[in-house]
Amino acid sequence: MRKTLSILSVLVLFSLLLAACGGAQPAAPGETVTVKETVVVTVIAPAAPAVVAPAGYGVTLETVKTRGNLICGVNAQVPGFGYVAADGSFSGFDVDYCRALAAAIFGDPSKVEFRPVTAAERFTALQSGEIDILSRNTTWSLVRDTELGTNFVHTTFYDGQGMMVPTDSGITDLAGLEGGTVCVQTGTTTELNLADVMAANGISYTPAVFEDADKTFAAYAEGRCDAVTTDKSGLVSRRTVLADPAAHVILDVTMSKEPLGPAVRHGDDQWFDIAQWTVFAMFSGEEFGITSANVDDIKSSATAPEVKRLLGVEGDLGLKLGLTNDWAYNILKLVGNYAEVYNRNLGPDTPTYIPRGYNSLYVDGGLLYAPPFR
Amino acid sequence: MQNQTQQKNSIPLWRDERVLNILGQAAFAAALILLALIIYQNMKAGLAKQGITISLDFLKGLSGFDISEFSFPYDRNSSYWQAYLVGLVNTLNVSILGVLFSTILGIILGVARLSTNFIINRLAAFYLELVRNLSLLVFLVFWYLGVFLKMPRVKDALLWPGDIILTNRGVGIPWGLPTASFPTFRLILLAGLLLALIVFFSLRAHGKRTGRPPLSLLWSLLAFLLIGAAGWLILPEAPLTLDLPFVKGLNLSGGKILSPEFMALTSGLVLYTSAFIGEVVRAGIQSVSKGQVEASRALGLNAFQTLRLIVFPQALRVIIPPLTSQYLNLIKNSSLAIAVGYPDVFYVSNTIQNQTGRAVEMISMVMATYLLFSLITSALMNWYNQRIKLVER
Ligand SMILES: N[C@@H](CCC(=O)N[C@@H](CS)C(=O)NCC(=O)O)C(=O)O
Repeated sequence: MRKTLSILSVLVLFSLLLAACGGAQPAAPGETVTVKETVVVTVIAPAAPAVVAPAGYGVTLETVKTRGNLICGVNAQVPGFGYVAADGSFSGFDVDYCRALAAAIFGDPSKVEFRPVTAAERFTALQSGEIDILSRNTTWSLVRDTELGTNFVHTTFYDGQGMMVPTDSGITDLAGLEGGTVCVQTGTTTELNLADVMAANGISYTPAVFEDADKTFAAYAEGRCDAVTTDKSGLVSRRTVLADPAAHVILDVTMSKEPLGPAVRHGDDQWFDIAQWTVFAMFSGEEFGITSANVDDIKSSATAPEVKRLLGVEGDLGLKLGLTNDWAYNILKLVGNYAEVYNRNLGPDTPTYIPRGYNSLYVDGGLLYAPPFR
Repeated sequence: MQNQTQQKNSIPLWRDERVLNILGQAAFAAALILLALIIYQNMKAGLAKQGITISLDFLKGLSGFDISEFSFPYDRNSSYWQAYLVGLVNTLNVSILGVLFSTILGIILGVARLSTNFIINRLAAFYLELVRNLSLLVFLVFWYLGVFLKMPRVKDALLWPGDIILTNRGVGIPWGLPTASFPTFRLILLAGLLLALIVFFSLRAHGKRTGRPPLSLLWSLLAFLLIGAAGWLILPEAPLTLDLPFVKGLNLSGGKILSPEFMALTSGLVLYTSAFIGEVVRAGIQSVSKGQVEASRALGLNAFQTLRLIVFPQALRVIIPPLTSQYLNLIKNSSLAIAVGYPDVFYVSNTIQNQTGRAVEMISMVMATYLLFSLITSALMNWYNQRIKLVER
């Protein structure tokens, strides 16, 4: 009996071995490889990236096309940026970027599968190939650009870290937090900036650190902390879901620079270019006054060469990216230009209204500036 | 004899069971090692494609983040390694307190479950059934969000007798503040411990000789307390002064402040594990056959002696192995700290992993840490089990 058992287990092991070999066929250079989607077990074992999709030029687009949809890592807890409604539908500024990318690739903005990732999970999810792109109010920083194995495409939202306190606390500046407690989320640039800024100003405080935004803000709402800190956009957004939004103020301090934008894995430059030029197409759409409403008219009547190149009437810019020539047309037609997406999620008519500020076109005194389409 | 060797020699190698066994084992081990190597290489190749290498050097780097609770000095200028140690000590704190309190509560529950008093019996049964059928994660979040964060705010802090302050910023309890004579007092306590050990072992030896085991544990405890009390009185200045907690502005100060995160995690773990320990204890006691008790009473031992000398030693043999796995559960379950924001070793390692991207290294370290804790616990419990097990003659 014992012997049969041990023989059995050896057999099982060998079959496992064979499976392991089959799954990890090394790719010869230049060969196109179709990669099976890998599933990552998070929380318990944050994805030792054992079966990483072989990264390399063109691999990601190929994978996405064969799969038939884009897997986009998004936020699920920050209204206006990435939020999942009770019916399971996603909405937000970062979510719409995913739709724009899907429109560019498939000509269909609905070909996206949204994967909610917390701040702590996001880079592992990207590294391990569980998601194709991360679009989740993620700050561009040197360490993330290098050691975390990610490449940030152009920033889509310029932000800075802020601090929110209950109005009746009477606190008006950071010094007012001396000896206090600050709620903050782990795995963020936020917790690092907080430590930096408080140390630099000689303010002693205790952090209360939580794993996701819901817990962080629940603890703050219960009075566990004197203040809560995150990106100002995050504060504006989360304030709308507090019991009494009017009872909280965001202090007039900016603790850091937080350029937020989409990020891709190291190693696939083509995918990086597609992700990046999707952003630029949206900027340029606004700059040239092309909206989802008038794009058809403009396409048929445009005379400006750059507009024609952008919309694929002239030249073959889309093909150079490995896409079809109407990629930018699809983005603008099916999702909209930067201003449309911004106003839909963060505009004056939304609960999460944030003035454009730095996030205006350079012609309007902002920082958004797309390189030429040629 | 001769015949036998002859017979053995005549078996061909490929049919010799011993050789086959060894071969089988070797093949198994080789397959295992090969599999591990393939997985490791696969992972390394995958990481290398993204320019990520595996190394522990990053642990020396500056952590850059603050941690809410630490048992030794730590701030953002400390290294990742120190941050890891902070988490490790926090895990140890919770585990040791958890094991201690859940054992005490578990024994009480187990005995109550067997009580002939109907109300006590039913209450204990209700508690055990309720808690054992809950999910621990839900239980912990309940204690955190539902109990400790729902305590009154600091400005209407709840004062309990014994100078205990309850707020949603933490529970303040009186604590000893060491004075100048504390180091001397520590030495005295050490001497007390030594004496207690001497008392314990000589009493036990005496009991073995005479066959009438005295209450060695009780006496050695008394010896320790006596020395401690004497030391306290003799020293010119009391070694500890009482430090009471008080409300200061928005927060608590003085005494010892136990954070809501710590309280939720520890009390959640204790209340949860004690329910399982209660069942273990009940089963252990019930495993001792009734005849043993009757025989003991017939021999003239009283009820207490019967429990101490007959029932308990036998029940213990049944209790210890499952108790060990409950201890191991508690230690491993403490990694749920992340759900209530308590910076245990898993939580801190997650933070480090996040800020550095060193997933493989951090997960390996955490696994090694829990393995070490579990092995130490098992070793201690096995040693104890060995000592109390039936000596067969
Ligand atoms: N921009 C910062 C912080 C981004 C961040 O994670 N913000 C929090 C607080 S608003 C959040 O989005 N949490 C949502 C979640 O964890 O699901 C970063 O990239 O580290």
